Amino acid sequence: MAVATTAGEPHVSTEVRRDLYELMVLSRVFETEAERQYKAARIGGYCHLSSGQEATTVGTMHALQPDDVLVTGYRCHGFALARGVSPEAVMAELFGRSDGCAHGRGGSMHLLDVGRGYYGGWGIVAGQLPVATGLALGLVRQGRSQAVLCELGDGAVNMGAWHESLNLAALWHLPIVFLIVNNEYGMGTSVGRASAEPELWRRASAHRMHGERVDGDDLDAVIEASDRLLRVAREERRPAVLEAVTYRYRGHSVADAGLAYRTRDEIAERQQLDPIVRVRRQLRDRGFDEEQLDAIDRDVDERVEAAVAFADASPEPPVERLAAGMYAPGSDDQFARMRPGSPFGEEALTFDGGLGA
Amino acid sequence: MSAVAERETATEVMTYREALRLALREELARDERVFVMGEEVGLFEGSYKVTAGLMEEFGPDRIRDTPISEEGFVGAGVGAAMLGERPIVEIMTINFLLVAMDQVINHAAKVGAMFGGEVRCPLVIRTPNGAGNQLTAQHSQSFDGWFAGTPGLKVVAPATPADAKGLLKSAIRDDDPVLVIENLPIYKQKGEVPLDPEHHTPIGRARVARRGSDITVIAHSYATVRSLQVAERLAEEHDVSVEVVDLRSLRPLDMETVAASVTGTNRALCVEEGWPSYGVTAELAARIQKACFDDLDAPVERVGMAEVPLPYAKGLEHAAMPNEDRIAAAILATLGLAA
Repeated sequence: MAVATTAGEPHVSTEVRRDLYELMVLSRVFETEAERQYKAARIGGYCHLSSGQEATTVGTMHALQPDDVLVTGYRCHGFALARGVSPEAVMAELFGRSDGCAHGRGGSMHLLDVGRGYYGGWGIVAGQLPVATGLALGLVRQGRSQAVLCELGDGAVNMGAWHESLNLAALWHLPIVFLIVNNEYGMGTSVGRASAEPELWRRASAHRMHGERVDGDDLDAVIEASDRLLRVAREERRPAVLEAVTYRYRGHSVADAGLAYRTRDEIAERQQLDPIVRVRRQLRDRGFDEEQLDAIDRDVDERVEAAVAFADASPEPPVERLAAGMYAPGSDDQFARMRPGSPFGEEALTFDGGLGA
Repeated sequence: MSAVAERETATEVMTYREALRLALREELARDERVFVMGEEVGLFEGSYKVTAGLMEEFGPDRIRDTPISEEGFVGAGVGAAMLGERPIVEIMTINFLLVAMDQVINHAAKVGAMFGGEVRCPLVIRTPNGAGNQLTAQHSQSFDGWFAGTPGLKVVAPATPADAKGLLKSAIRDDDPVLVIENLPIYKQKGEVPLDPEHHTPIGRARVARRGSDITVIAHSYATVRSLQVAERLAEEHDVSVEVVDLRSLRPLDMETVAASVTGTNRALCVEEGWPSYGVTAELAARIQKACFDDLDAPVERVGMAEVPLPYAKGLEHAAMPNEDRIAAAILATLGLAA
C-alpha cells in the first residue's frame, strides 16, 4: 500500500522557488546566529538547531495551507520561521523577552503562533502526538476541512504515544499527517540502534495507515509528498505517515558537539548534499545569477541581524507578571481565598491581565 | 465564572451518579462544543454508569468510545480543547490516569503558562478514586495531592450529589484544565440536588458541612462523608462538638474558610483517603500552622490511608483505610480525651 517516492516533477514556479530558497537561507542563518548568541550567553536553556534540515522544514510548510494546523516537537525554529512567524518574535522568545511569541515563557522549545495555526513547539518526545491528534479531532468536530501536520523526530516512534496516536487517527479517520523528520539520530542514538524496523514509515501499516518515505533534502520531493498527503487528509480524512530522511549538521543541541556518535567525515559527506546548495543550483539553472542569489543571502543576513537587535531591545518580562496567563481570566477570584498560610511570597501571584507585547 | 452564588432553587433527591449525569446532560444540551470521551462511556453506558443513556441521547460523536489508550485520548482532549472544544475525558479510575500523567502534567497543565497565555486548554478530566471493595493495590488509590500540587491544573473533589453536579458544571464552563475527582463509594449516595441548570458550585469555595465548636475536621470527597458520620457519633457518645469543613476544591484551596473555622475551634484534624505523606493533609497542616499559629491549642493532626499498597484481605483493607474508628480516635486524642 505504500511505496517510497522519488522526486516528482518540480511543483513550484521559479518565483516561488526563489521565495522558498530565501526561507531556507533564513532558517540556516537564523540557526547559525542562534548558536552564536547561545555561546554569548544571551540564549539559555536547550537550543536545538535544524541546520541541514531546511528542505524538509520549508517544503512541508509550503504544502501546509494557511488555515491548516501545525504542531511540532522542540526542534522548531525553522518551522516557526517557515510558517511565517517573524524572526523578531522567534529571536525575542529565544532571548526570553516580552515580545517573544510566547512572551518569554516558552523559549526555544515552545514557540507558537495560534493566529497562524501553530499550536506549539512541545518538549517531551512524542508528547505532541496525542495533542495533534486531538487538534485533528477538533477540526472534524467543527466541520472544518483543514488538516494537521504533526512533526516528530525519529526518536519519537518508539514511544507509546506514537502508537496510541496513530491508532486513534486511523480509527477515527482524522485529517492528520505525521511527519517524521528522520535526521538519523535521536540525540546520539542512530535509528539503527533504536528501531527494530529502521524504515520508520513502514510502521504506519500496523494501523492500516498509508506511509511513505521521501528524500528530505530534496525540496521538490518534500513538497510533492506533503502536499499530496495533506490533500488526502483534508479531502478524504485519511491520515498518513511521511518520513523525510535528512540530516542535522549540528549536535542534538548547542551543548552537544555531535561527534561522540558520528564522524566528521560523515558530516562532511552529508554536507555535499546540502539542500540549500541544491536549490541555489536550481535557481541558477532557471536564470538567476550569483549576484542575485548573493543579494538574497545578504537580505537574510540583515533580517536576522535586525531580529537580534529587536530581541535585544525588547524588555525583560516584568517579574510582577510571573504567573500571568497561567490560568484564564477570572481565576484570580477562584484563588483569592487560598492566601492564608501560603508559602513565603506565594500570596502575591496573580494570573489575570494580558501579556500582549 | 466569578462569584455566582448558589441560588435558591427547586431540588430533587438523586444519587451522586445521577447528579453527575444531569450535569453532563445539561451541559451537552447547552453547548455544542461539549463532548465526552473515554473507555466504555457510550455503548457500555459507563463503567460506573455515570454516562448511562447519553449516547442514545447525544450520539456516538458526542459520547465517544475510545480504545484503552489513556495517554492517547487524554492528549486528544488537550488538543481538542486548545482548538476551542470542551472535551470531558472520563478515566475509568484515577489509577489509570497514571499512564496519562505526561499528558496531564507536561501538557494540559502547561498550556496556559508555557505559551504565555496565548492559548487555553478548557479540558475536563473526570475520574473516581477510592478504596473499600477489595480492589487491592493497583485499583484503590487516591492521588489527589499529586494533581492538586501541580500549578496549571484546577482540582475539585465533590462529596455530595449537589456538589457533584455543581462542581462538574463549573469545571465544564471553566477555561482551564480541571480534574474532577469523583469517588466510588459515594456514587450511590443520595442527596438533594438543585434542578436549576444555571446552578453551579463555584471552584475555590469550601463548605462548612457541619457546625461545631471543639475541633475542626477538614476533609474532601469520601473523607467528608466519613467525618460527618464520626461527628454525629462523637456528639452522642462523647458530647464532643465537631465542625466539618468540606474542601470541595483542592486547587484552588479555600484556606479562608479553613482558617476561620480553626480559629473558632482551636484544633484541627485533616483527613484524606490517600497517603498522608506529602499529601493533601500535609499541605493543609503546613498552611494551618502558619495561618492559625496563635489559635492552636494542639498540634494539627492527620489521618489518611496507612502507608502500604492496599492489601486484599478484608480485615487488612479495613484497617489500612482512614475508617471511622481511626478518625474518631484521632479526634479524641487531639482533644485529650480517652476513647
